[in-house]
Amino acid sequence: MVATVARATMSGDARAEQLEAMLLHHEIETFNTRYAAALDEQRLEDWIEMFTDDALYVVVSRENFDRGLPAGLIYCENKGMIRDRAFALKETTMFAPRYLRHLIGNLAVLGRDERGHIKATANYVLMQVLFDRPDAKLHQVGVYRDVFRRESGALKLAERRCVYDSLLIDNAMCLPV
Amino acid sequence: MAWQKAAALSELSEGGVIGVHVGSTPIALYQLDGVVYATHGICTHAMAILADGFVEDGKIECPLHQALFDIKSGKALCGPATEDLRAYAVKVEGDDVLIDLDAAAAGEAPVATATPSGAGAPTSNTAPSARASNGGTASEAKGEEMSEPLSITKHYAWPAEGLSRIPDWVYTDQTIYEREVAKIFHGPTWNFVALECELPKPGDFVRSNVGPTPVVVSRATDGSIHVFENRCAHRAAEFCRELSGNVSEFVCPYHQWSYDLKGNLAGVPFRRGVAGKGGMPANFETAEHGPRRLKVTSHRGVVFASYSDQVETFTDYLGPEVLREFEATFDGRPLKLLGHYRHTLPGNWKLYHENLRDPYHATLLHTFLVTFGLLVAGNKSLMLMDPKGRHGVMASAKSDGKSVTADAKKEMRAYKENMTLADPRMMTFFPEFDSPWSVTMATIWPNLIIQREMNTLGIRHIVPNGPHEFIMKWTMFGFEGDDEEMTRHRLRQGNLMGPAGFLGIEDNEAIKFVQDGMQRVPDKEHLVMLDPSVAAGSSESLISEAAIRAMYKHWRAEMGL
Repeated sequence: MVATVARATMSGDARAEQLEAMLLHHEIETFNTRYAAALDEQRLEDWIEMFTDDALYVVVSRENFDRGLPAGLIYCENKGMIRDRAFALKETTMFAPRYLRHLIGNLAVLGRDERGHIKATANYVLMQVLFDRPDAKLHQVGVYRDVFRRESGALKLAERRCVYDSLLIDNAMCLPV
Repeated sequence: MAWQKAAALSELSEGGVIGVHVGSTPIALYQLDGVVYATHGICTHAMAILADGFVEDGKIECPLHQALFDIKSGKALCGPATEDLRAYAVKVEGDDVLIDLDAAAAGEAPVATATPSGAGAPTSNTAPSARASNGGTASEAKGEEMSEPLSITKHYAWPAEGLSRIPDWVYTDQTIYEREVAKIFHGPTWNFVALECELPKPGDFVRSNVGPTPVVVSRATDGSIHVFENRCAHRAAEFCRELSGNVSEFVCPYHQWSYDLKGNLAGVPFRRGVAGKGGMPANFETAEHGPRRLKVTSHRGVVFASYSDQVETFTDYLGPEVLREFEATFDGRPLKLLGHYRHTLPGNWKLYHENLRDPYHATLLHTFLVTFGLLVAGNKSLMLMDPKGRHGVMASAKSDGKSVTADAKKEMRAYKENMTLADPRMMTFFPEFDSPWSVTMATIWPNLIIQREMNTLGIRHIVPNGPHEFIMKWTMFGFEGDDEEMTRHRLRQGNLMGPAGFLGIEDNEAIKFVQDGMQRVPDKEHLVMLDPSVAAGSSESLISEAAIRAMYKHWRAEMGL
């Protein structure tokens, strides 16, 4: 009853705007779910395709981020570098086998920047399972600070800065966040 | 002192030896022609148990390296032992064999003559206290150390093959670890604590470590840099909690004891009590109750601290050759901080030093190094060690990778033919240093690695955390005056290193595997036999472990092992 009254008092424009916001929220949430699945299933070739050609992908500690220090665990200035990382991790880099599980939540769509690109943040939790231990260990927690852009109608990441709180990495971060 | 029962006479047999403990002191008991003799139970050479040795002609032969000692006097008769065994006074009452740990045997070598105070006639050894009066001679001091309650067993015997083997206990034993903290990190060494560019202004501080011990590095108002333990003089609280920052003083949050920027105790709340009651004793002096302050030195913007007042100057500590490489990287340009990485590594801290004194692995494990010609068997390279075996520099001049011979490729599983990068800028080297090397990895004993991997520069600071784990704190830097493109180049190239780096992941994983192996299949030894033509020290061959052997030669001397 209350909801009906509220709807009745809302103008058509405001309602359209609200619906659009909900659709965008849902679209980004779906994007993040696909992103997590690509990494969890170690389909790095699909992961690469979620970025624009000029994308910035950086994994940086909250310690550095808060102090304006640029050094990142991973620092990719374009899709080529993201592809090189995926290739290296798949084909050359030696590390013990493992499973990862990304949980992404608390999505906040912040609005648009001056170029009209969509700004958003989401929290992430990354669990890691090594095959000789019974526990899924909390490997990293942090926040994605994102800029999305539409290309041929589809959302892509123009920027993803993964700012992690867990400053002490457990030995090595072998797969992307 | 007191006679203590060591054994029952019936446990001894003529011409035999048994091992016992009196208190915590290991003792060897012998019976020769019906008379019982006692010596310290551990060989003065390599910590082997003498009771496992052989008695012949009044001498005991060590089971490990065949050192010979005279049973009656403890005198070392033949190498490798050069130091005499302690021989103790023995008496037999009924079936009890009693010994006096403070009294020398009548036949013991007359060390009393070495006493500086023994100006007159040589003192007799008959009084039970005769031995104690010799305290202060070098051999005596060492002898005392031997009888510390360090539970000495055969466990700590170095393999008979020498430096070409490293026993697992070097990496897995808690007692060894604690001795390393005391003898090495808190000993006469220079420990990295910070870069000056992290503390540009008065009041700036960084929370750091010397070995496992937390310290504060701060810049005082006069510009000087100070290092002191991060432990309140009152109730031990680790008072500084921020990773870095700027303060006018440090205040322990528990009872608000305050410290100035030089680490001096400045204020004690309610020192005089309230209304004439309570408070500190009238004679309490703040000057006597500060945290432990360390000796500090800084070279080209890199700050080091030492627990020892006897440590040599920093330039002498590095030696001329390693200093030259240090100054090639820290070439006088002011440093610019780019950020930190921090990670734990579930392995013994020394394995990281070894990894960077092991050019052999670099040619085999790291695809990026071999495929892009950074460090390939056949490149111009050097594994430099300082003469003492403390510090090392692994250096290589980049080739284009095409010079790798077909034979070498076959040996290197990591070599990827035709591997190219979508963004090859990551592997570009812009020469900027006065050095023939495009890559140098300098290991400065005991806690610093200086990475100059082409243009990506970083400090790695080892913070040991028990025998099985250490923390690595990385400080990435460039130079003031780098333009934006150069800074970005350093950051791009940084993808090679760190706990998510293409090479960094591999080193961390490999070291973890080594510790896993020792913990799960324990009490064996490692082989470090490569390049036997160089016993221990610098080698021009990448297929060499001579630098690791040099490090252990030094480590054993420092550890008394």
